[in-house]
Amino acid sequence: MVKKTKSLDEVTIRFAGDSGDGMQLTGTQFTNTSAIMGNDLSTLPDYPAEIRAPQGTLFGVSGFQIHFGSTEINTPGDQCDVLVAMNAAALKVNLRSLVDGGAIIVNTDGFNDKNLRLAGYESNPLADASLSKYQLFQVDITKLTALALADMNLPTKIVDRTKNFFALGMMYWMYNRSVDTTVEWIRSKFKSKPDIVEANTRVLKAGWSFAETTEIFNVRYDVKAASLPRGKYRNITGNTAVALGLVAAASKAKLDLFLGSYPITPASDILHELSMYKEFGVKTFQAEDEIAAITSAIGASFGGALAATTTSGPGVALKTEAIGLALMVELPLLIVNVQRGGPSTGLPTKTEQADLLQALYGRNGEAPVPVLAASTPSDCFNTVFEAARIALKFMTPVMVLSDGYLGNGSEPWLLPNVKDLPDISPKFRSDPNNYLPYLRDEATLSREWAIPGTPGLEHRIGGLEKQDKTGNVNYEPENHEKMVHLRAEKVERVANDIPPAKVEGDEKGDLLVVGWGGTYGAIRSAVEAKRAEGKSVSHLHLRYVNPLQKNVGELLYNFKHVLVPEINLGQLIKVLRSKYLVPAVGLNKIQGQPFKSSEIEEKIDAILGGK
Amino acid sequence: MSVLVEEVVSNSEPPAVKYTAKNFQSDQDVRWCPGCGDYSILAQVQRIMPELNVKRENTVFVSGIGCSSRFPYYMDTYGFHSIHGRATAIASGLKLARPELSVWVVTGDGDGLSIGGNHMIHLIRRNIDINVMMFNNQIYGLTKGQYSPTSEFGKVTKSTPMGSIDYPFNPASLALGASGTFVARTMDRDPKHLQQIIKRAAEHKGTSFVEIYQNCNVFNDGAFFTLTEKESRDENVVYLEHGKPLLFGKEKDKGIHLDGFTPTVVSLKGGKYSVNDLIIHDENNSTLAFILANMTYNHALPRPVGIFLSIERPTYESQMTRQIQVAIEKRGVGDLEKLLGSGDTWTI
Repeated sequence: MVKKTKSLDEVTIRFAGDSGDGMQLTGTQFTNTSAIMGNDLSTLPDYPAEIRAPQGTLFGVSGFQIHFGSTEINTPGDQCDVLVAMNAAALKVNLRSLVDGGAIIVNTDGFNDKNLRLAGYESNPLADASLSKYQLFQVDITKLTALALADMNLPTKIVDRTKNFFALGMMYWMYNRSVDTTVEWIRSKFKSKPDIVEANTRVLKAGWSFAETTEIFNVRYDVKAASLPRGKYRNITGNTAVALGLVAAASKAKLDLFLGSYPITPASDILHELSMYKEFGVKTFQAEDEIAAITSAIGASFGGALAATTTSGPGVALKTEAIGLALMVELPLLIVNVQRGGPSTGLPTKTEQADLLQALYGRNGEAPVPVLAASTPSDCFNTVFEAARIALKFMTPVMVLSDGYLGNGSEPWLLPNVKDLPDISPKFRSDPNNYLPYLRDEATLSREWAIPGTPGLEHRIGGLEKQDKTGNVNYEPENHEKMVHLRAEKVERVANDIPPAKVEGDEKGDLLVVGWGGTYGAIRSAVEAKRAEGKSVSHLHLRYVNPLQKNVGELLYNFKHVLVPEINLGQLIKVLRSKYLVPAVGLNKIQGQPFKSSEIEEKIDAILGGK
Repeated sequence: MSVLVEEVVSNSEPPAVKYTAKNFQSDQDVRWCPGCGDYSILAQVQRIMPELNVKRENTVFVSGIGCSSRFPYYMDTYGFHSIHGRATAIASGLKLARPELSVWVVTGDGDGLSIGGNHMIHLIRRNIDINVMMFNNQIYGLTKGQYSPTSEFGKVTKSTPMGSIDYPFNPASLALGASGTFVARTMDRDPKHLQQIIKRAAEHKGTSFVEIYQNCNVFNDGAFFTLTEKESRDENVVYLEHGKPLLFGKEKDKGIHLDGFTPTVVSLKGGKYSVNDLIIHDENNSTLAFILANMTYNHALPRPVGIFLSIERPTYESQMTRQIQVAIEKRGVGDLEKLLGSGDTWTI
């Protein structure tokens, strides 16, 4: 029979299976292949905190969603068009994210009695009419995989582990993409295990050929390359972008990079990544706990390194006292918080934006630090680089907020030209004459960085209140007040050193949607959709959360309404209301999941009235 | 070392001029209570520093919180008076970033063994080349008199009116248990010994852990007097000296004999035991070090003072430097352009 090819602008696929089924890997491979084909894309890994949850259970389901297209893609997709479900539990958990009329590709072997019972199905959804509003494709992936490897005499366990490649092969056929990138990846990943290379490659190709040959699938889809700006691209996750941003910042600062870190989900990948870059002189120190992670970084900063610590919310809680120390001794330091669902241990693998107030205010005493937030996975690179620039120039700890969605999610990244990255190298003090540790630069109020080893600059710093200029311990009332003001003023003056905030859309109008962090894509998509309908709505996304850019107030006053969507109970909105006295309204979701654009669109409609 | 750091710092060669103790005295008034044991320790350290042949600018004292932790303010070197318990971690980061520096930690029994106990054991097991001086006064002084993790069982303090039910740490055993490579004990009231031990600690490559018995004359006066005072010292202290028998007593007529694994006191009078029956101290023997350290709270035995163990093991920072060298040999000095464009890329 002749198979038809249809052209599509964009598609969202969700791969779902047991947490041991390799769904993250399958999704990542589909992503890389699509990226290399020139699609714009955005991904959302969604996995349980348990490493290998009991097989077939609802809570053990691991998912990976990719939204790719020939148009601009800002989010991982509100709903998926295609759901690949490796078992009954995966279907049960993910069916609600499938659009009506969407395609379901199931591994029928994952729907035996036990699977159905564990998933809580009373009757087999493949046999009853419950899936009638979807296009259902039933494939015995387990059996076909075993057949493809029948002559290799591999243990069943190994054979079983390759079945995700069968599913991947089918999806490659369906969306008209080549298996080559994945074949190459398999070859380099398993190069010491030729059997595994052969098995995975064979199963991948078998899946592709099966889809090509069988009459189950009679349409395949073409999603052309997106018209992205010219240049060289790679696909990048937020966590990798943080790691690269730190290396780039150290290089442009002409300093060695020191990372003190303690493993924590979802930030550990930054530590893994940086531990591979030793040829850049990067020193990674896996400390005994979160406190040693940051304090070792403070020690390294005292010694003249670009020092950073990477963690998630619970880790920041433990680092709190040390952040206060860093700002008291006025040493540069980067604290990267890849936020996750809280409070306490919370939802380690799910995303949230509920650490903003912790970043701004979560310390004893008057303890201001600059706070920057990344808006997309690739923006983590720029944000970290900018945070490093501020930390070095103003001699201050800087907090960088990412989140689980940005950290694990990915998108194509237009590689920056290394030559175009600014020089951010600091100036160490070397002149021993008239040196006082707390003399300040008139413009920035930052003190000088005098590192051990420099002759004639021997001095002592510490967490006790400092006397202005000399830095000696001092408890006088007027001096304390002065120092509190100086430290606050220094952070405020960062606002003199950053570009003004820019609105996407018109600078005046009915509604301004203000966001920060990982909600960027969802807000952008929603605002664009509503603007296309002729609505007077604009988008302001804040990278600089503290201090706020100088023109933020003015921009807010230009609109009749202000909407602040956040993955928390309303944290930025508190800051905006108290600082600018604007009657902003919030849109808040705390489900461990990013916003869907449609949720923001509905709120925009509700504020501006009707459709 | 980065280019910028190289531009400002001096080399690691010995100082051109011979320092005196005065060179290490800062302009700050020393503010410990009159009569505090810390004064003696400060004086001995300042006295011994010139002999270490390290430039002042290459010396850094890091401390946490507590009376002992004011120490860096009084040393005219680089110094960092940090937060409670974290001096060891701050010093670790500093030493890893700048291995050529001589890094010292000044801490106490509360700062180093209670709130900072975790960092302490991890520093020791990593064997980062840092010299730790742990002032043990068996009390919390700065917070005015609560019991500490080294206070004796049953001790009555402000927070233990009916006596402490905490069993105390023996710091030397703890350091040995954490795989310490240099573990020693000395006393504030024995200046010569204190100087010798500090010098040996400075010379040791790896973490040196030195417990210093220090009298808090306000909240725990006399805690160590039986060990430090002339009238009682000889009967209650056995000095550990490498290659020498464990002899003690005014007449040097008593010694420590090993009965199986159990150290016992024997008299050399009466002809039953001779010097040949005594333990000969061996600083390189970690099993012996454990046995000797465990004599500490046994009141039938004299208190061992001196170097329990001094062995070599590669330092953390030398291995870190080595891995960086290997990476550079294998892959060349890092190229940022290449790194950013690594992995699968495509061009539009």
